[in-house]
Amino acid sequence: MTEENLSTLATQTLEVSLGPQHPSTHGVFRMNATLDGETIVKLKPVMGYLHRNHEKLAEDMTYLGSMPYTDRLDYICSMTNNFAYALAVEKLAGLEVPERAEYIRIIMAELTRLVNHTLLIGFLLNDLGAFFTPVLYAFREREKILDLFESVSGSRMMCNYFRFGGVKIDFSPGFLEGVKSIIQNYPKFLDEFEKLLSENEILMARCQNVGVLSKELAISAGISGPMLRASGVPYDIRKVDGYSIYNRFNFRVPIGEVGDVYDRYYVRILEMRESIKILAQAVKEIPEGPFISPKGAAGAKAPRTFKPPKGQVYGRIEAPKGELGFYLVSDGSPKPYRYHVRPPSFINLTILEDMCIGNKIADAIVTLGSVDIVLGEVDR
Amino acid sequence: MDQLFVNLKHSILIFAGNFLPEWAVILISILISVTAIAVFGPVTMMYLTLLERKFVGRIQNRFGPNRVGKWGLLQPLADGVKMLTKEDIVPKGADHFAHFLAPVAIVIPALLVFAVVPFGRNMVAVDLSIGILFFLALSSTTTIWIFVAAWASRNKFSLLGGLRSVAQMVSYEIPMVLSVVPVLMVVGSFSTVAIVEAQSGWNWFVLTPWGLIGFVLFFLTGVAEVNRTPFDLPEGESEIVAGFHTEYSGMKFALFYMAEFMNSFTISAIVSTVYLGGWQGPWLPGWLWLLIKSYALILVMMWFRGTLPRFRVDQLMGFAWKFLLPLALLNIFAAGVWLAFARPVNYLLSAIIVALALFILYFANRPDMPKKRVYRYAVE
Repeated sequence: MTEENLSTLATQTLEVSLGPQHPSTHGVFRMNATLDGETIVKLKPVMGYLHRNHEKLAEDMTYLGSMPYTDRLDYICSMTNNFAYALAVEKLAGLEVPERAEYIRIIMAELTRLVNHTLLIGFLLNDLGAFFTPVLYAFREREKILDLFESVSGSRMMCNYFRFGGVKIDFSPGFLEGVKSIIQNYPKFLDEFEKLLSENEILMARCQNVGVLSKELAISAGISGPMLRASGVPYDIRKVDGYSIYNRFNFRVPIGEVGDVYDRYYVRILEMRESIKILAQAVKEIPEGPFISPKGAAGAKAPRTFKPPKGQVYGRIEAPKGELGFYLVSDGSPKPYRYHVRPPSFINLTILEDMCIGNKIADAIVTLGSVDIVLGEVDR
Repeated sequence: MDQLFVNLKHSILIFAGNFLPEWAVILISILISVTAIAVFGPVTMMYLTLLERKFVGRIQNRFGPNRVGKWGLLQPLADGVKMLTKEDIVPKGADHFAHFLAPVAIVIPALLVFAVVPFGRNMVAVDLSIGILFFLALSSTTTIWIFVAAWASRNKFSLLGGLRSVAQMVSYEIPMVLSVVPVLMVVGSFSTVAIVEAQSGWNWFVLTPWGLIGFVLFFLTGVAEVNRTPFDLPEGESEIVAGFHTEYSGMKFALFYMAEFMNSFTISAIVSTVYLGGWQGPWLPGWLWLLIKSYALILVMMWFRGTLPRFRVDQLMGFAWKFLLPLALLNIFAAGVWLAFARPVNYLLSAIIVALALFILYFANRPDMPKKRVYRYAVE
């Protein structure tokens, strides 16, 4: 059959609904894809299956009351969610944070980054069809960090550890030893992981030049986090804002060039290595002292007496998935008048169709995996 | 020991010959062979599932099934009971007859190909003069039933899986047949028994240059033929849910698995027959040798499953048409040169041809191959 004959053949597109019950949509996410053969011509993300009314609930609660709820946003990184919320409220109320608490916070945030990126890489490989082997090894490493979280907060995933003006409690004596052993052993695990996976021919063939996101589109769509940096934009809120005490630490920001799935994969691995550097510095420099400011401690004891002055504030951090921000409006009462979350995975997801069109359906799954979404945060 | 099963059958027949007419004895002889295969096939399948789960479990740093019986040895029985008692769900719009027929019919070719596998000296059910052709022809009919199942399910994921399966079979059948041709040229017969006889006294075909390439080609295409990782696109779990068997449950689903595992066993047995000397080997009885060789190849398949990500559909086709097919053709040429010259010279010549072929194909395919990347960091 000649080329001309082929083009006159009547063909139909196929509409496939991937999700909300699908093994690779990372939860109850749904993609309505229109396929021409195996090629995607249209893709519509559908979300909201996990909507829990998070923002409105928080407006009917004391400021501290919604702290445990922030754990459930991105349920893989509860520590950074706490961090962003605490930061916003502290800005609103003008609370000071003691030195030691800042260090503890940084240690927790960077450990969370390790957890998130390790898991993401494992699940990305799973989306590629590597039948659970990488993900189970990722889980093994994650467990070690979760043990540390449990030792400080009593919970492995829903930590609820941060308080306004500090943290809930000082860590136990063995904690720093645990962090030190992670600093020592994690690079070995990463080396092994990389040796086995990063240069695997199939992985490279599947990930390179797939789901490309251009620099311009990434900026104009408000993409943040590792995804933005993989597209070649050197933008890291830890550097830009220098919030908490991040400007004291020496670390680099890895950036990609093509902006494809492979870049997103690799940038995260490099970011983990930088996180380990930050951890090493923080563990070395952590001072003695109080873990929460007196004003904060009083607020934590009696949440109803905690009334920030009138005003509005936007506090943001570089969460593992991107820019996590909390926008709060206070009317002087113990409850926030308006409470809004800027979730990184939701905003990063808006661009999914642009990255997937023209690729195969298998690529769409991998691209979605590389965006790094957690439905708890997308739907709130 | 070597003739244990042959003698057993022989003595039964002699005993029956004492008081039965000749036609009845022939009937009994056929029945014994058929029963042996009909029992051996499914039992092999049952324990292959256990072996796979245990082996992949160990790869993944876990134990695998160990609750039912010692070392989980009764797990396949428990699975069987579970499968039999499960509800059989047929989708509303499905073609009921075809939906029922496909899983039943798919087992038939899988069982029939056992007939030409020479399990040991004199231990072949039927010594067909076209044994290899019979095997290739029957094993490719499996795809028809996969497609019937996909079509009858009336599910888009199934349909995609079925179409992938057909495309994959068309592409991989050709290098598969071509990779056996050198052996047929050298032996001068299609009979599996004759092929094993020709490899007596350590003259295994895998030890020649063309045989090594032929072995790798035949094994790889065989893995693709039975839809196993990294060629498991028809049932690519992370993309199209479960591919062609998405809409199957209970025993129908188990029958697909049975066909897949029996096919993996027969392909391994045929690969060891054609290239690894079949039942030939020192000290141990012949049938044990064949089992050892087949299980070694099966373990390699499981090793693939535990470690490799999946190809994408276009890469899969590219690999078959741009690399495997030309290599198989050049390999036939190498085998021809081997036949044309005397002993020491032909070894050298065909080795040179094979090495050149690999070299040329590597460089011809280089533009399509993924490249390693170097990452940079944002400057402060």
